[in-house]
Amino acid sequence: MIRSAIRFVDERTGSAPLIRKVLRYAFPDHWTFLFGEIALYSFMVLVGTGVFLTLFFEPSLARTTYEGAYAPLQGVEVSLAYDSALRLSFDVNAGLLMRQTHHWAALVFIAAIAVHLMRIFFTGAFRKPRDINYYVGLTMLVLALVEGFAGYSLLDDLLSGMGLAIAYATTLSIPVIGGDVAFLIWGDQFPGADDFISRLFIAHVLILPVIIGGLIAVHLLMIALPHHTQFRGGGATERNVVGTPMWPGYALRSVGLLFATAGALFLLGGLIQVNPIWQWGQYEIYDGTNGAQPDWYMGWLIGALRIMPPIEPSVFGYTIFPNPFFGGLLVPGVVFTFLYMWPTIERRLARDREIHHLLDRPRDNPWRTAIGAALFTFITLIFLAGSADRIFVSFGIDYETQVWIFRVAVFALPAIVYLLTKRICEELRDTDWHPLREPPVMIARTPSGGFEGDGSAERPRDRAAAGGGRSRRR
Amino acid sequence: MRVPERIVLALLLAATAAAATFAVAYALEWSTQVLGLALGGALVAIAAALILAGKRVAPGEEVTEQRPKLADPAEERQLELDIERAGEGVSRRGVLLGGAAAAGTALGGALVFPVASLGPKPGDRIGSSPWRRGTRVVGESGGRIAPDDVKVGTFVTGFPDGADQRELGSPVVLVRLRPDDLELPSDRSDWDAEGVVAFSKICTHAGCTINLYRYPLFPAQSPGPALVCPCHYSTFDPATGGNRIFGPAGRALPQLPLALDDEGLLVAAGEFSGPIGPSWWGVRKRDS
Repeated sequence: MIRSAIRFVDERTGSAPLIRKVLRYAFPDHWTFLFGEIALYSFMVLVGTGVFLTLFFEPSLARTTYEGAYAPLQGVEVSLAYDSALRLSFDVNAGLLMRQTHHWAALVFIAAIAVHLMRIFFTGAFRKPRDINYYVGLTMLVLALVEGFAGYSLLDDLLSGMGLAIAYATTLSIPVIGGDVAFLIWGDQFPGADDFISRLFIAHVLILPVIIGGLIAVHLLMIALPHHTQFRGGGATERNVVGTPMWPGYALRSVGLLFATAGALFLLGGLIQVNPIWQWGQYEIYDGTNGAQPDWYMGWLIGALRIMPPIEPSVFGYTIFPNPFFGGLLVPGVVFTFLYMWPTIERRLARDREIHHLLDRPRDNPWRTAIGAALFTFITLIFLAGSADRIFVSFGIDYETQVWIFRVAVFALPAIVYLLTKRICEELRDTDWHPLREPPVMIARTPSGGFEGDGSAERPRDRAAAGGGRSRRR
Repeated sequence: MRVPERIVLALLLAATAAAATFAVAYALEWSTQVLGLALGGALVAIAAALILAGKRVAPGEEVTEQRPKLADPAEERQLELDIERAGEGVSRRGVLLGGAAAAGTALGGALVFPVASLGPKPGDRIGSSPWRRGTRVVGESGGRIAPDDVKVGTFVTGFPDGADQRELGSPVVLVRLRPDDLELPSDRSDWDAEGVVAFSKICTHAGCTINLYRYPLFPAQSPGPALVCPCHYSTFDPATGGNRIFGPAGRALPQLPLALDDEGLLVAAGEFSGPIGPSWWGVRKRDS
């Protein structure tokens, strides 16, 4: 049967030699290489569950009276969008499972991309020849953030509306052209023309997913062309790739990861409630609630908006930067510009124009690792600042005090983390100490041709201190 | 059969059972939890089977591949020559390229114009409101509001009678302060009606709704009354005409002057003190 299938394909495409080569493609093994795959597989779950959801969702702000199965809202006047999302949750068999799995998949998708980005950054995998692919990946992260936000903004529940109000104000805050841009997107002053939700819908279900899907194809192709990166050791060099072949080992394990990701997402979607829109209620511009928290990946922007001092510089009566500009546009703008610029910055400052296929360990490049850690600290801090009201409720730390602490900490802590990380990395690099591994046994060849150990109980760290260690300083 | 093979088989059988359970659960309309557990369980069991098969059942081997060579200067040079050959014998190459660039730019520029159909020019719509002198203040269901409907320490949401409640300039938050607490600026000294003051309910920071009202339970120690937006905690002082006292908002909350009509019910005594909603490029021009 296999023979006839191969015959069928080869007679029509002549691709048997190519397929043979693909089956021998080597995948270097390291657990950190799996995050990108988890993102890819989450995207597949998103497309699958998303297609199911579109068959029921109604992107319209026209009003209707809710008469579905959820008793507390029966008789309430709601929009068709909110009504259809409720029906999807309560009246469509398996609808809530699909909706919640879709939401969980979005949360995991962006988390996996973020961790994958950190892996790429801290191991120097963005260096030539993979700099272009790094830009492709960053672009997908930006699009995924917009896509996720568009998704949870569609349902026209209270949290959707509050988020959109902030998005509108942030668009309005673009210097000079903010009003025009906001009117082009919303079609009118917030909450916008009736067309707005169909625009948001088509962006969410067609335009953005198609672009992300296309970029995924480019991303995978550009991984395969120069082949994978790998860590040092085990015979790996700049010119070869050592790893598990695609068939059978890697294919089985990777498809296994696909099923594991999908399984985890459906378990989350079935067992753990997410975004219960029936509790938030229909959005009206005059309604709001405290304690509202966005999906996790928007949290850093809320925090940046919250801790910004009340500055709105104006010249001749024109407001140059309305306040949401700083937290909503400047902060993400600077962070992403920095990330896009990083391969260039590092190439210039380190004067490194070489092609790299071997990865750094974070300790191998203390300066880069320290900068990444400082940036991560900054983003974590503004993320926490976005939950300062929840911190107040849980721990009783006065909100206004917290805002001042965060205003100082977002500058002070990254600086401290930078210095600390750099020092730790230099120490680790020089001593080659590993927290999880036994120290290596050093065996030396004696002049007479014999071998002698150097006392394996001794930590390599101590040897380095005694001046006897192997120095990895470049 | 070796042990790992037996485990793989058991996992695959478990997946079959879980998938069948999902079908049954769907047909009998069981709960979302059962559906998720069955479907997720089937997927996880298949995942475990595949990963175990990949690691323990299939022949484990390591391969070493040579990396494809990325840059080949000879090929690059040949490609360059192939491309340049098209231009051989063409007389005014620069002019032709210039013409192509002009046509491309013009066409690209022309195709941008339909984008303008997406929205009207903002004109003076941003920050405008339907409130005029004499507009009656009504509640969400359309009933009129008297000063006594607004109790000290609580807030009431008001709308302009006959206008669209979903317009950004419509909702106002009404609070009542004791006469001693009111410290309105001198040019707004008559903007309250029996101690009731009204402000735009839309925060001047990011356009969320002002729907928190902090009122001191023990005035000697607590901070004074404040209108708070729950999105970024911009905090405004109703007693002094909506001045910002904390948070990121760059402007005061626009105040709506109130008066009583012949029936003793609330009406607007004029328009908002400034443009409502979040700031934009021209907001302060409109203000002045």
